[in-house]
Amino acid sequence: MARFIIRRLIAMVFVMFAVSVLTFLIFNVIPNGDPAARMAGKNSTPQQIEAIRRDWGFDDPLYKQYFTTMKKVFTGDLLSYANRENVVDRIKDGAPRTFVLAIGAAFIWFISGVALGLFSAVKAGKVSDRVVTVLSLIGISMPVFWLGALMNYYLGYKLGLFPNGGYVTIADGGVFDWFYHLIMPWTALSVLFIGVYSRVVRSSVLDTINDDYVRTARAKGIGERRVMRNHVLRNSLIPVITLWGLDFGAVLGGGAILTETVFDIQGVGQYFQESITRLDVPPVLAVTLFGSFFIVLFNAIVDIVYAALDPRIRLS
Amino acid sequence: MTTDPLTDYQAEAPVAFEELAEAEKERASGIGPWRLAWRRLRRNRTALAFGVLFLLLVAVALLAPVYADQVAHTTPERNRIADTLHIGGKEIEVVSFEGVPTGPTWHGQYFLGADGNGRDVMVRLLYGARNSLFIGIFASILTTFLAVTFGTLAGYFRGFVDAIISRALDVLWAFPVLLLGVALGVSLATGGLHIGPLTIENNSIWIPTLIIGVVNVVYLARPVRGQILSLREREFVEAARAQGAGNVRIMFGELLPNLMSTVLVFFPILVANAVLLEAALSFLGAGVQPPHPSWGTMISDGLRFIVSSPTQTIAPGLMLVLTVLSLNIFGEGVRDAFDPRARVRLER
Repeated sequence: MARFIIRRLIAMVFVMFAVSVLTFLIFNVIPNGDPAARMAGKNSTPQQIEAIRRDWGFDDPLYKQYFTTMKKVFTGDLLSYANRENVVDRIKDGAPRTFVLAIGAAFIWFISGVALGLFSAVKAGKVSDRVVTVLSLIGISMPVFWLGALMNYYLGYKLGLFPNGGYVTIADGGVFDWFYHLIMPWTALSVLFIGVYSRVVRSSVLDTINDDYVRTARAKGIGERRVMRNHVLRNSLIPVITLWGLDFGAVLGGGAILTETVFDIQGVGQYFQESITRLDVPPVLAVTLFGSFFIVLFNAIVDIVYAALDPRIRLS
Repeated sequence: MTTDPLTDYQAEAPVAFEELAEAEKERASGIGPWRLAWRRLRRNRTALAFGVLFLLLVAVALLAPVYADQVAHTTPERNRIADTLHIGGKEIEVVSFEGVPTGPTWHGQYFLGADGNGRDVMVRLLYGARNSLFIGIFASILTTFLAVTFGTLAGYFRGFVDAIISRALDVLWAFPVLLLGVALGVSLATGGLHIGPLTIENNSIWIPTLIIGVVNVVYLARPVRGQILSLREREFVEAARAQGAGNVRIMFGELLPNLMSTVLVFFPILVANAVLLEAALSFLGAGVQPPHPSWGTMISDGLRFIVSSPTQTIAPGLMLVLTVLSLNIFGEGVRDAFDPRARVRLER
């Protein structure tokens, strides 16, 4: 098992390295203007541009630029081209907000998704199953930014039930205000996943419900509730938990950019969005790395947990 | 897993029993898998209804110029910010002095009102359908082409080729899709794309099409590779090889036809995802570039006027939900028809 974990972690480092090189290359190869010229401003002399180019190392060969940039990412000295802010500090400010958004939503979508999926599997073929199916398909088809915008307008602005976007830290407004501001973003971000999870749980439960061991449990005279809880649900949740790990990683790693923008959460995703409109390469690179780190990390965690549960995977 | 419907009867699942019995009957009568799937799909009224709805949306998109020309007498880009309309005996300013665009007139001109630039929202909605569907369909064709090519090569040759392709997919998989899409979209929208002799203008809708087509490849390439890995061990491939067929012939003649149903099952869902991704990118300013209309940009433009004319935000969103929903439901019907037990799934 230890060997499997080590192998998996080494693979993770390689993938992260490839991602960083690729991101760096993409933004140096795609013609989006000379960063030095942009930094110098409109009324600048060629000498000024030349000076910036020299100071920031835009003259260096690409591989050297890559290594200096990556060194700065790790030492926390990376500066934005657009306003010379410290990128790593900005990410550190935004990360807690993104985490809070992702963790809360992940709980909501897991619990609601499993509950709805189980309900519709138990009622398979009945009207209530159809209703849940239709609702989850609508949820899957709903663009989160549109849903969020409408929630902001109708529930926030018109009815005044919830605050109209924004994020309040616990230190600033206390736990209640913090929570109150997050209800709408959490809900909006969860809707798509609730739809997906209820579909997955439904089909997974319907698959296991006909398995031999479930029939054996029934034949032994175990009550229906206990069969569902201990035999059916426990087994059909395995694929769902895998999915949960992967989705959680993806949401942490940039999947929440739309929700953050619509509700003005000021998290890492929104920082990315602001930076890319200024074609500011360092924050774009850093946030992409931040995002792919979580995606790769949760992929690895899921694989390792899976291998711990099922020894056959370790050997292949 | 083969189940004998007569001994495997379960009181809990009469539906499953009927399905199994039916499947048994269908198998016995010796119908090919394609006709079988078509037969199952034809019985699934909901899926068919939503398939028809999607075709209607395509038709609406195709007829957008007719509507613009004959009914609204304008184009999606024409702004009439300073004009006054005479509709139903009333005078309406397209955009008021304070900069507030008119709401729905429910008449031919400005049926759904104007946007902040005095353009006809209904006309832009229909042209937006053209762009969304164009991007969704062509991006998915590109995704399918790339995924089938790389998935087949990896699964068929295994070894070194597979190692290279699979590692490349791992890296693509590790990229945050939205971040990559937004970053590429914005960079290409400022400079355009130049690869050798190929040049794409910076506001061309081919740019989001290419981006979406490429970032979605992982979702399909992995299942294709898995399918090929198992197909290549089957007897018919062995038979073809024994007859002296080369690699190319086996791939095109034996493997690809067997992959067709998988591709067909995934295609509607791929298009649905591509349409949603296009809307998200356009919403963030990284997709379809102005002045071209897109539902995503319309929503983001409309948000500025959500208090005075919410229609501008609601209408494109509803179109989006309708399009994606019809594709999802139809796609699910197609999947059930080909593969009732859903063995292959789109990776996500």
